[in-house]
This record gives sequence, C-alpha cells and structure tokens, in this order.
Amino acid sequence: MLNDADRIYTNLYGWESFSLNDARKRGDWDNTKDILGKGRDWIIEEMKKSGLRGRGGAGFPTGMKWSFMPKEVKDRPHYLVINGDESEPGTCKDREILRHEPHKLIEGALIAAFAMQAHTAVIYVRGEFYDEASNLHKAILEARDAGLLGKNAAGSGWDFDIILHRGGGAYICGEETAMLESIEGKKGQPRNKPPFPAASGLYSCPTTINNVETIASVPAILRRGGAWFAGLGKDEKNTGTKLFCISGHVNNPCVVEEEMGIPMRELIEKHAGGVRGGWDNLKAVIPGGSSCPLLPKQICDTVLMDFDSLRAVQSGLGTAGLIVMDQSTDIVYAIARLSYFYMHESCGQCTPCREGTGWMWRMMMRLVKGNATIEEIDQLLDVSKEIEGHTICAHGDASAWPIQGLMRHFRNEVEDRIHAYRKAAKAA
Amino acid sequence: MPKLKINDQDVEVSPGTSILQAAEQIGVEIPRFCYHDKLSVPANCRMCLVELQGAPKPVASCAMAAGDNMVVYTHSDKVKKARNGVMEMLLINHPLDCPICDQGGECDLQDQAVAYGFDRSRYHEHKRAVPDKNLGPLIKTVMTRCINCTRCVRFGEEIAGVETLGQLNRGEDAEIGTFIETAVNTELSGNMVDVCPVGALTSKPYAFKARPWELKKTETIDIHDGLGCNIRVDSRGSEVMRILPRLNESINEEWIDDRTRYAYDGLKKNRLDRPYVRDAKTKVLRESTWEEALSVTASALTSTPPAQMAAFAGDLVDVESALALKDLMASMGCSNVECRVDGAMFDPSVKAGYVMNSTLEGVERADLIILVGVNPRHEAALLNARIRRNWLDRRVKVVLVGASAELTYPYTHAGTAPKDVVKLAQDYAGKAKYPMMIVGAGVFKRPDAMALHALLKDTAEKIGCLSDDWNGFNVLHMAAGRVGALEIGFYPPQPLAIEQMSCVYLLGTDNPETISRISKQAFVIYQGHHGGAGAARADVILPGSAYTEKNAIYMNTEGRPQMARKAVDAPGQAREDWKIIRALSGYRGAPLRYDDLSQIRARLMREYPQFDLMDEVSIGSWDKFGMSGNVLDQSFHVTVEDFYQTNIITQASDTLRECSRVFTRGETPLAEAAE
Repeated sequence: MLNDADRIYTNLYGWESFSLNDARKRGDWDNTKDILGKGRDWIIEEMKKSGLRGRGGAGFPTGMKWSFMPKEVKDRPHYLVINGDESEPGTCKDREILRHEPHKLIEGALIAAFAMQAHTAVIYVRGEFYDEASNLHKAILEARDAGLLGKNAAGSGWDFDIILHRGGGAYICGEETAMLESIEGKKGQPRNKPPFPAASGLYSCPTTINNVETIASVPAILRRGGAWFAGLGKDEKNTGTKLFCISGHVNNPCVVEEEMGIPMRELIEKHAGGVRGGWDNLKAVIPGGSSCPLLPKQICDTVLMDFDSLRAVQSGLGTAGLIVMDQSTDIVYAIARLSYFYMHESCGQCTPCREGTGWMWRMMMRLVKGNATIEEIDQLLDVSKEIEGHTICAHGDASAWPIQGLMRHFRNEVEDRIHAYRKAAKAA
Repeated sequence: MPKLKINDQDVEVSPGTSILQAAEQIGVEIPRFCYHDKLSVPANCRMCLVELQGAPKPVASCAMAAGDNMVVYTHSDKVKKARNGVMEMLLINHPLDCPICDQGGECDLQDQAVAYGFDRSRYHEHKRAVPDKNLGPLIKTVMTRCINCTRCVRFGEEIAGVETLGQLNRGEDAEIGTFIETAVNTELSGNMVDVCPVGALTSKPYAFKARPWELKKTETIDIHDGLGCNIRVDSRGSEVMRILPRLNESINEEWIDDRTRYAYDGLKKNRLDRPYVRDAKTKVLRESTWEEALSVTASALTSTPPAQMAAFAGDLVDVESALALKDLMASMGCSNVECRVDGAMFDPSVKAGYVMNSTLEGVERADLIILVGVNPRHEAALLNARIRRNWLDRRVKVVLVGASAELTYPYTHAGTAPKDVVKLAQDYAGKAKYPMMIVGAGVFKRPDAMALHALLKDTAEKIGCLSDDWNGFNVLHMAAGRVGALEIGFYPPQPLAIEQMSCVYLLGTDNPETISRISKQAFVIYQGHHGGAGAARADVILPGSAYTEKNAIYMNTEGRPQMARKAVDAPGQAREDWKIIRALSGYRGAPLRYDDLSQIRARLMREYPQFDLMDEVSIGSWDKFGMSGNVLDQSFHVTVEDFYQTNIITQASDTLRECSRVFTRGETPLAEAAE
C-alpha cells in the first residue's frame, strides 16, 4: 500500500481549498523556476527515467512522447494540449484533479510546455464539467495574478499561458486528434495518422497531447526525481502511483491514489470497502474504463492492476476506472448498454464504426432476451472483428472489446438465455 | 524517391505519393469510395485498406504515404477479409433498390460489391432510412443510399468554394445535408452528382430517363463558354440524354459547369428544323423547301453589290462553317465579314492580343492575378475553379477591376474603370514573378475599344506580365466560336457600317448588338439552329446544326483547336452548316472547291497551319496591338448578368430557365414531386 509520503495528490478529496495559497502549502509552485532552470533535456531525461506512462488510457511513455517534438521551433509554434475530456464510463479521476488540484495541472503544464518549447497550452475540459472548469478557470486567474502564467511565467524567463477550452460533451472529442479538430472549431472527428500531432497537430503546428493526470503528476516527479517515481510500482515498465476510480457494486465507491501494480482485490477491499455482499459475490470487473474487456471473478482474485498484467489477461488498465459488478448484475445487458454508448458516441466518419456499432447493439439487445440463435454469437464476434482495427481511431476497437470480453468469459450465460428463450417460445 | 514493394513488385514513386497511387502506377487497382484524385483525403470509407508489413493493423492506402522499403500487400487474405467486412458494413443500411436507381450500371458500390460482397445479408435488424433533401433543380437526392463518403462535401468546400453541404449528426445518424433546406447554389453543382459513388446524388433532369448501357457515348467538346471543356455526349437515337465531363488536365480537368451539363434539353426545343422564307405578300415566314430557300438566298446575294453585303459569324460557329462563309463572300469579292458580333471591337490583328496566352494551366503558376472587367465565375467557371485552387494552395493575390462579383476566393477590389487599371500598373509593377492579367472580352464593348486594348497592353507590360518564359496577358472569351473565326481572319479591314448593308448573312448570330443595327430594308439571311432574335429578323432561314450534331473544329480562348464530334443527327431537314454554305455556292453558280469535310479541313490547315496541331496551343508572338488614343472614363460593365442564360441553347433549356429562376433570381425551388 502506498505510503502517505509518496502521495502526489494530497488534496484529492477536496479537504482543503484548491486556491493558490493552499496549493502552495501543499508544495505546489515550490521553486518551479529551478526546475525549469535545469533545462529541457534534463526534464525530458528525468521524465524518461521516471517511466511515467500516459494516464489517458493508451499508456504511451510520456518522456518518449515529449521527445518526438521537433528540437527547434521553426516557422510554426509548438502547442501543448491537455486532455480533460474525461468521458470514459467508469472514469472520474481527472475531475478530482481539475476541481481540487488545479494548480498541480497548471504547474505541470508550464513545465511540460517549457520542455516542448510551447508558449501556449490548451486545456480541453469536458463540457459537462461545469464546476471543474470554473475551479480551473479561477486557478488560472490566480496563477496569472501571481505571475506564474503570462510573460516570464514563474520568473523562469519563459512566456507561457493557458487557454481553457470547454467541450460540447462528445465522447469522441477525447480522442486526441478529434480534440484538435474540436479546438479548431470543427466537428470533432478523429484525423488520420500519419501525420502525427507532433509533426502536424493543432492548426497544423507541432503539438503534444497529454492527459490531465499525466501533466499534473509532472511537478511532483521532477521535484522528487524520476528515480523516486520509478521506485514505486510493480516493475520498471509499470511505475509510480496511479489514480484508481472504483465504482459499481462496492460499498464505498471512490477515487484513490495507489501504487501501480496493486492487486485488484486489495484495491477494492482496502479502499472501496469491498464488493457488496463480500468478495465471493463478485461477478466481474471491468478494470480500465468501459472499453476494456471485463474480467470474471477467478481472474480478479489474483490480477494486479498495471498495464502489462492486465494486458496479459486480454484486458487493459486503460484509465484505471474499475466497474465492479456483483452477482445480481445482468451482465449481458450491462455490456449491451455499453454497446449503446459506443453507437451513440461514434462520430460517423468511418464505415465500420458508423454502421457496425448500431448493428452490434441491436444484436446485443436481442441476446439480452435470448432472441437469437447460437450461430449469431459467432456472427456478433465476427462483426466485432470487422470493426476492430479497421477504423481511423480506436473507437471502433473500444466498441468491439467489451463484447469480445463478454463472449470470452460469459458465453455460457448467453447461450443459456438463448435456450431458455427458445424453450419458452416453444411452450407458448 | 521512395522505393517500395507492392505485391512483390518493385515500384519507385515520387515523394508524397500515397500507396494507393503507387499501386495504380503498376496497374494494381485498390477499391475506394471516399478517395478522389482531385479532392482531399479523409480516409473514412476504409475500403482501400492494405496490409503493410510491420503495421499491426491494415492501413488506409489512400492516406498513407509510400515510404522507402515498405512492403505492401494489396490483395492478401487479411486485406480481402478487411474489405469484405467494410463492404458488408456499407451494404447493411444501403437499400436494395438498384433496379430503380439511376446510378445502376455505373455505381461504384455495385461494382465493388461484386468483388467484395456476400451473396446474402447477415443483417436482420431494422434498416436505417434518411430523409431526402431538396437541393434545387439539378441534384436529385435519395439519401438512404448515401454511404457518407463526403466526396460531395469536399467538392463543395474545395473546388466549388461553397460550404452548403456538410455531414450532420454523428454515428448512425450521420447524414449529408444543408442543415437549413436550401439549394446547392454553385455553377459547378452537377459535378457533385459525378463524384457521388452511389445513387445518393443523381441528376434531376436525367432522372429515370435512360440506363447507361443503352446510351451511345460520343467524346466531343462543349461550346457554352470559351474554354472548350471536354465532354462526353450520351445519346439514345436522335436524342441527347445527358452530358458528362471528360478528363482533360489542360482544360477542364474532370469537371464541367452546370450550363454545359444541363443545357442539352435546349437542343430539343425551339429548333429550326426546316427552311423558311418570308412571304413577299404576307410578310410572314413560311415553311419552304431547301431548293426555294437556297435559290432565294443565292439571288439575293447575286443581286447585291459586294460593298453592301456583310456576313456575321456568331458565338457558337465552328471554324469550318466560318471558313466556308468567308470563302463564299470572298468569291463574290466581298470582305465584309465580322465575327465580333457582340460589339467588342478589340484589335484582332495580333493573336497574342486576343487569346489566353498563359493558358489555363498557367493559372497554377501565377503569383498575382488581375481580373479586368470579368467575372470568371460566370464567364468561365472552371477557370474560376483553377484560381480558387491556386488561392487554396498558395493564397495567390487576386485583384479585380470592374463590377464587384461574388467570387470563391477573397480579392482586392481596385476600382471599376480603365484609370484604375493604370493605377494598378504603378502599384503592382515588378511585385510578382508570374503576374497574370485576365481581361474579359466583354470589356471591349465600348467605343474606345482600340485605345483600351492598347492601354491594357501597356499595363500588362508595366506590371511585368511579359518575360522570357511567361506571357501573362490574357483575354477571356465567352463565345466558343470567336477565336477560331478570328484565326481565319473573319473580320473586316475596317469596322463595318452595318446600318448601310442591304444584304446581311447571319451565321448563328443572335446578338442584339448586331441585329439592332441592321437596316429595316436589308435582306437578312439567318443560318442557325435555334429560333431567336436572328431568325425573327430573317427573310430566309437556313436550318443548321447544333454542336452535338456536327463534326467540327472549335478553337478555345487559349487558341487551342479541338474537334467536336457528331453525336446525333440534326432534327428534320437541318444540315451541317458548312454544307449549307457549300450548297448555296452551287446555287450561285460558283461552287466552292471542297465537297466533303476532309477537303474543307485540308483547305483550312493549308491556309491556317495553327489548326493542324489539334489540342495544342500554338504560341503567338507579342507585337503591337490596339491603337493609342483617348480612353473614356467609363466603368467596365457586367458582361454576364445571368450565368444560366447566356446563349440561344441555354435560353431554350427548361432546366436552365429553372436554374435562372432559383439561383439568379433567388426564387424558391419547386417542391419535389412525391414518389
């Protein structure tokens, strides 16, 4: 279990105010100038050393991502875009940072922007996050008044400011390139890659897009050293601390900072008060936000919560949003509901996702009742494979995975329903 | 130069080439819906997926640039499976209405479903339907057929420069529409029908008229503006069913404007299909025989002194007919011939003074474009599209002198009169490497035309339009027949006093500038294909052929000769124009010395070798033209008031009259009939 001394987010629950004064008491903005004074290369090197992997879901090493930016600023300015469009069902970590720890984010933005030679950062906040956006806005104004943003930000000699951009409430705008389109004032539709944003991003300028949690962790890492962060966690590829969001059938749903690689069972039992009705009442857990395939109890018993352990069981850490489902759950309907979500949020650009998400949802709804044939389960899986990997962004994959996970672990249950439905139909 | 392997075959391509284009170079075709050569690449249909060694997922070949040492498989099992999947997705919500779909037989979806589709559907859920949109008198929609490739949207945004269409909503509910119901108001809208790979957008006038496989396809050229757009005329029997563009990168690329595309119904209406002679007693035109009409004409010509005769070649006249008429007049000792029937009396003595010297492709090179008294959107829509592309690619500076116009790119409005052109020369002298000055031929419709011509020449030289490898002085003609007629010298040594002519031969001439000057007593011969102002004034009418009904040569505004080919027969007793003149010469007793098309062409090319190089632009030398003199302080007027009603064919076309009503006058489109 994580030592209190190693916590990055000491005001995660809002027990203190988010204001600059209180943030300073917690150690934010403590000699930021010195960190910047150590230079870009040092910052990026230290980030690489820390082993921090992007907290937005894909888990790409942050230091490496930063190093993709052009070394010199040429004819186009560099931009930092911070993704606060947290919309993945089951995930609620960024909002805690935005409303209770905004200064960690702002400070991190300054450091990251400096490391990538950007003078401007855009923080894209999910449309529904009203309080979160207004807290962040207040914090930005405070920082500006205190000289931490603007010309010669924090006395570092680097000019830097933040633009707060509120989204319109579309899940797809959390996809990094759709977010760029949205910021540019266009319809949020993911762009084709290549070119990658580091070459041509916001307004066709070199851009790095990081998650809120990633950026907010940066000041602490640099202050305490990459080695400290790398010393936490399971192994050298899954380092540091992570915010876990535990929701669903637990006694005490919460967001909690824990060490990477903590066993799932320990996480749930220690912080969330255990599964409703005891661990044995557990049916399945979706470990990383709605797009990750669910895991049945027998895997949950032993699995560790980190990128590679979860990948090994054909799921993923994603955003570390655990959705816990106990035995009372209609697991087929639960996944069908996710299918509906992905249908509703598809941007409509690529054929497989536009057409296929609706098809899958309709088949899922029939499977909920059992009104289908056994062959249709395979057909559904086949359709999900037709979508997976054939689209511009990962939305297609995300819509396919929950269904694949369901069929991998609970196919019996689906088949039973079909048999029962047919039996009932015959009797009638 | 990246070298890569496609299906184990080596190919070297220029940097920036996509895998799809690279594959095309070695003859490997990759199926696609959203990708279009001339439009941006959204990669949203996912049909062109290929296997790229080392990539975890199949990649969209239209958007992936070919890189060094790539190994690509375009038809592996993995690729086939991916495409089968995409095809299935495209078809699940696509209606099975091919038998009543106008795209049937030339539908990309139909064709590719043969290669990648299943023979039955696995989709047992409800199909989606999308409400149709009323996009005006030209585009018919059946939106349920739409596969959201967004080609029409991109065409509108990128080529036509109107952002009327867009993709609304998202996911399954995504649909193409205008948001607020409105007609697609662009002179290039018909191309959206062409780019649509399915039957979502089809041609409204052509709806349910024919099937592509029953049409005879004739490759010819267009005469509705001076560009000479390359077209394909699809006909059935003696009827032109539709007109489509033909690829010519030098002229129209693969687009045509709506006037060119939809004027064909004008070819069936108001036609002169038999000879007429004005009755001596009743003073009313009555039907006659060819014999009577020709002998009346011959005797009128013979009885008139050459000095009091004049012949005019109108806007749509082909080179052969003009040459025959010139020869006929010459055989009577008459040099009173004139093709500047719209009254634009510029100096025709130097070719470089009246053609588009930079050529249409030159627009891409230009780094400064000065428009003088011209609205390119109305006078040559595809020239306008080229200027827009230059602006999109390089933000070229465009300056307009003349009446302000709604163009598809921003421009500086630098005045309206010749004195503003003079000022321009001071402001922009030496500012650009390849400045291009485009003068609308219509500006010369003024008494000081010769002086203005000289002034424009001066200005062009001052701005720096003339250099070793660049001639940026351009005159843009609207009339397809004008440059050809000028090239064969169809103009008089001195301006004609039309009022004093007692016998006037109007070859396809309906321009009020000429007709209104003809004296009341004059004997007027009208030879042409449509009843209009010329025919109404005539004493004899000799029915000729329209451009789809004859083999003929036209020279476009660049000075590029092109061959028009006969698609259908002329109606009734109408004949090819040069043959009528040849027959007339026989009635006069002095037959012209050619009996068939090859002989008149041989004569043409012997005398005027510039016609020998078909489809090529021959460069004219820069020389003095115009006449120094006083230029009036008078604004340039608008040449084309109504894009849809510019010549006698468009005036006969119901489709274009409706367009004129809706687009030019802004009235509401007729509601679509319920089906």
